[in-house]
Amino acid sequence: MSEILRASGLYKSYKMGQSKIEVLRGLNLSVQSGRFIAIVGASGSGKSTLLHILGALDEPDAGSVEFEGKRLDKLGAGRLNQFRNKMVGFVFQFYHLLDELNVLENVMLPAMAQSGIVGWLKRRAGARKHAKSLLEQLGLSDRITHKPYQLSGGERQRVAIARALMNKPRLLLADEPTGNLDSETGNGILKILEELNGNGQTIVMVTHDEKNAHRAQRVIRLADGKIV
Amino acid sequence: MYKFILPLRYFLKRRITHLAAAAVALCVFIVVVVMTVMNGLVSEFKDKNHDFVGDCIVGTDSLVGFCYYEDFLSELQKHKFVQAASPVVKGFGLLTQPGTGQNIGVEIIGIEPVGFCEATKFAQTLYYHKDKPSDVFSPTYNPALAGCVVGIDMISGSRDGAGKYHHGPEPLQIELMIICFPLTARGALAKAGTDLVNSKTVYYSDDSHTGLVKVDARTIYLEFKLARELLGMAGATPRASAIHIKFAEGTRLKAGVGKIKKMWNDFAETYADRQYANLLKNVTVQSWLDYRRGSIAPMEKEQTMLILLFAMLGIITVFIIFVVFYMIISHKSKDIGILKSVGVSRIAVLQLFVVFAALVGTVGALTGAGAGCVFLAKINDMEDWLFERFGWQLWDRTVYAIGDIPNDIEWQVLAVIIGAAVLAALAGAFFPGLRGSSKQPVEVLQVSQL
Repeated sequence: MSEILRASGLYKSYKMGQSKIEVLRGLNLSVQSGRFIAIVGASGSGKSTLLHILGALDEPDAGSVEFEGKRLDKLGAGRLNQFRNKMVGFVFQFYHLLDELNVLENVMLPAMAQSGIVGWLKRRAGARKHAKSLLEQLGLSDRITHKPYQLSGGERQRVAIARALMNKPRLLLADEPTGNLDSETGNGILKILEELNGNGQTIVMVTHDEKNAHRAQRVIRLADGKIV
Repeated sequence: MYKFILPLRYFLKRRITHLAAAAVALCVFIVVVVMTVMNGLVSEFKDKNHDFVGDCIVGTDSLVGFCYYEDFLSELQKHKFVQAASPVVKGFGLLTQPGTGQNIGVEIIGIEPVGFCEATKFAQTLYYHKDKPSDVFSPTYNPALAGCVVGIDMISGSRDGAGKYHHGPEPLQIELMIICFPLTARGALAKAGTDLVNSKTVYYSDDSHTGLVKVDARTIYLEFKLARELLGMAGATPRASAIHIKFAEGTRLKAGVGKIKKMWNDFAETYADRQYANLLKNVTVQSWLDYRRGSIAPMEKEQTMLILLFAMLGIITVFIIFVVFYMIISHKSKDIGILKSVGVSRIAVLQLFVVFAALVGTVGALTGAGAGCVFLAKINDMEDWLFERFGWQLWDRTVYAIGDIPNDIEWQVLAVIIGAAVLAALAGAFFPGLRGSSKQPVEVLQVSQL
């Protein structure tokens, strides 16, 4: 198995009023392709911050992240946008769907983001087909014209997963994907992640729930900004 | 594609954007209506001044006038770019209606009706002799009498509250006495002793409605030779106050006036050794715009002030849009984070808000412009209705020389107003959009957990 992601000596701190909170303190991490990794830790241990840095949504104060051997901090703004668009898919605790778009449009958003009007007209049919097939796989084929507010929490999270998978990313980053769901619905979401991993999808999931974490192949514990 | 879908959905879904579009619409509506009316008034006023004096005036403000005008007229008639030229004498006098014991100070304008009507649009201002201005000084009730034309507002009671003038089928036989103080070429009183004045009884033959308040309220037109005698400008070396010129079609005003200036300078030089050459020094050559500058300039100044006021209104619109967009973008920061998390660039996020602003601006501007056009099309009907029902008028027609409220829309001005409104919307949205697009996704998507 090849290494898809490597984090070396990550430092990150935040200012809170007059004080400075050090969240990550020289963290090192390696993720192999095709693995399902869970990062656990107490609230405030820096797990979400780590996930954001791994997905280039945030920058470390020091240290580097390499994705397939390329350092993210060396990429320009345009390449970073491409990285977020094509290489990684995010699933957030609060789903973060756009209220103004329906389910299908939300899922197609990453595909829309990568093309201009003409490009989109050319690839719209293909993108639509792919989005529908993802929604079908996730059991949402009867919800494609619904707006997010018309869906349950579990359905919203499944839409968020479909959106994250739209551009067939190499890495799926999930930040507390079950944190806002009841245990049964959360279990359903974890099953989906397990199935995706079974099909070769690399997944890094952040959770504070030990039980959920053990559904992953590898559990990384975070405490005081370091892996313990 | 999301750059178009999202702004459209934001616009349709969020009521605050409707308010922003309504603010733009209201501003555009007000600007379109006021600018159309004001531009119409200024343009109409300029046209009236132009119609009244012709294209170019060679004349003097001196009450003495200038000599050798006939020679200059002959010179003018040799040139094809001069379509018509007519001499005029001007002076002041007293007008009295025998038996009433009252008199008023008036400006006397002596004209050769045919030539003056060719050089100006005087014929159009007449009521009874519009089609035959050559007979304007022959009263229809007795052509043998010396007729006069009076400014329409000098005839009391001829205008009703709605601003309409009323005439009988024939002019009334009104006897008027003109009293003048003739001056010599040196500016002294022409007569000595007790008989200082020239007086003449004339008869109302027609009235002139130029639409210029000061002219219509204080001017009496007499036959050229009669006026010249009354004002003391006749004699062996007759004098005139001005020559009104109309240029041939296709002659540009500035070029035409330039040529006349040169001609006049050459003429004055040629006549420099004549007895009354000193009077030629007082003569100026002016375009109608310069000649009537004193009347037109205040109105143009008002127009400029209005434009400045509306520029301020535009700034208020920009501020309203700014506030609305600031609120919308603050509310939509989560969306910005989501878009950035799927790889949308900062510029693309800014473009999204620019499209949104353009949509708000365009919808608002078109709505306001449409409403303004409809309002202007019906403005006179509405004013008539208000006057008939409530006696209310925008301008008191017994006071102001305004007929219908001008409502001809200048499409170029309309296009500029719409364009400016869209630009104002873009300007108002630009900085909030820039600020929103600069947000890091993690700033808005992180849920307080570190």
